[in-house]
Amino acid sequence: MPELNSGDTAWVLASSALVLFMTPGLAFFYGGMVRAKAVLNMLMMSFLCIALVSILWVLYGYSLSFGPDAYGGLIGNLDYVGLKDTIGQLSGSIPVLVFSAFQLMFAIITPALISGAIADRAKFGAWALFAGLWVTIVYFPVAHWVFAFGGAGHNDGGGWIADRLNAFDFAGGTAVHINAGAAALALAIVLGKRKGWPREQMKPHNLPLVLLGAGMLWFGWFGFNAGSALAANDTAALAFVNTQVATAAAALAWIIVEKLRDGHSTTLGIASGAVAGLVGITPACAYLNPLGSIALGLVCGAVCAYAVGLKFRFGFDDSLDVVGVHLVGGIAGSLLVGVLCTHIATATGGVDGLLYGGGFSQLLKQLVAVLAVGGYSFVVSWILGTIIDKTVGFRISEEDEVSGVDLASHAETAYEFANLGGTLGGAARALSLSAPASDSQTTQKVDA
Amino acid sequence: MRLVTAVIKPFKLDDVKVALESFGVQGLTISEVQGYGRQKGHTEVYRGAEYTVDFVPKIRVEVLVADDDAEDVITLIVKAAQTGKIGDGKVWSVPVDTVVRVRTGERGAEAL
Repeated sequence: MPELNSGDTAWVLASSALVLFMTPGLAFFYGGMVRAKAVLNMLMMSFLCIALVSILWVLYGYSLSFGPDAYGGLIGNLDYVGLKDTIGQLSGSIPVLVFSAFQLMFAIITPALISGAIADRAKFGAWALFAGLWVTIVYFPVAHWVFAFGGAGHNDGGGWIADRLNAFDFAGGTAVHINAGAAALALAIVLGKRKGWPREQMKPHNLPLVLLGAGMLWFGWFGFNAGSALAANDTAALAFVNTQVATAAAALAWIIVEKLRDGHSTTLGIASGAVAGLVGITPACAYLNPLGSIALGLVCGAVCAYAVGLKFRFGFDDSLDVVGVHLVGGIAGSLLVGVLCTHIATATGGVDGLLYGGGFSQLLKQLVAVLAVGGYSFVVSWILGTIIDKTVGFRISEEDEVSGVDLASHAETAYEFANLGGTLGGAARALSLSAPASDSQTTQKVDA
Repeated sequence: MRLVTAVIKPFKLDDVKVALESFGVQGLTISEVQGYGRQKGHTEVYRGAEYTVDFVPKIRVEVLVADDDAEDVITLIVKAAQTGKIGDGKVWSVPVDTVVRVRTGERGAEAL
């Protein structure tokens, strides 16, 4: 009979709060990268996910993700709708409600990650519709595939990747990052390029915000990765250390690539490298030793530093490089688990990766998981995005895009440039070519 | 009367202001502006993508002076604003027909 462990419960409670903190962090990371006229919309897309997904999670999300298996390891049933029969129950050594709260935070940040691909140009209502439908038909099932282990005390039938394929994804390299990255690619294609991209300059408007956001992500990620041990134990300790060193290595790798390729190491580069490292170590953090994690971080940082250039080659406007960082970083990390995992890490259950003489078997399992999640997410996201685009419309009007999605969708602007005069005032006027002067902005027609 | 206009490097503003004050100039107007001359702009790189920034931040100083002082003021500004490196800016002057002090209605040289 399992008993509640107060140390485990305390750690997972704290981790849940840490993971929630990542979503505002992501909002700032993304918000600083867009132009001044679109930063509020960028923040808003993330904050909406916090509000919307929290409700859906209680209503049916937890049940679809972690209810007893409904069919073939593909989706949970409706036993826990409304969090029915969860109060006072245990999942392993922690209350089911704590496990549910922890997993909710993952369900929140995953759709928020997608928003970076459609910066500056999405209708807010269409985004809300997409986010709600996407978590329902993509995230909840995929979370079941990857995170629902049968016989863990809270249900009796797990997901097919977790229980049958036995691919390793400790904290969501596939379920979170590949999932969001593939959806981001689909939406970038469905919505099309921003007006003027790539000819027009669309550089980040506030790099300190980007670094603030990256710092919040890094901090919160300890909950994401070490919290995924669902206990305060050795596995959590290993995940914690591996998260730190892989992230550090990836940040260094990115700025070294930049220095060699572009001549300068940049703040955007070190922030992006850190996030690439966090993404890469997410599936791997409990299965590698710290040296393996450094190697993984170096690879992910360098690969992603090049991958962010793909959008220019292939001509899709993945505005904030969700594909280059989350999809590519998620794939790299998920596959490297099959190379670098070692039986010394207890979470592997004695499995060795390719490098340690375990052969290709784990690597192949990893590949199947990568293709399954990436393929499912891309196809369903593309269909969902296309349906929304053809019915309610996904993009704001060209005029609104030029004057700024903040004004069009939220009737707000982030910064009051008009009173500053001089250079900043001029920049503001240049940013919003067709925007009227501040006194008449109050009567500007607002897109509902 | 003449209007002397100088476009200078922002960090040289204080030197120019001190030089003009010591000469006895009673007032001046500045604004933040952007532009380029022969030095052109510069290049920035974000995630490997190059962005050309055409316009460089500058300060525009405007000062009204008597005809006889114009050459001296121009010389002073040039001396104070000069670094010898590319992008130091430009100074020019144009004749001014009328100057009125708003508070008193004084006109011409008395209004300077």
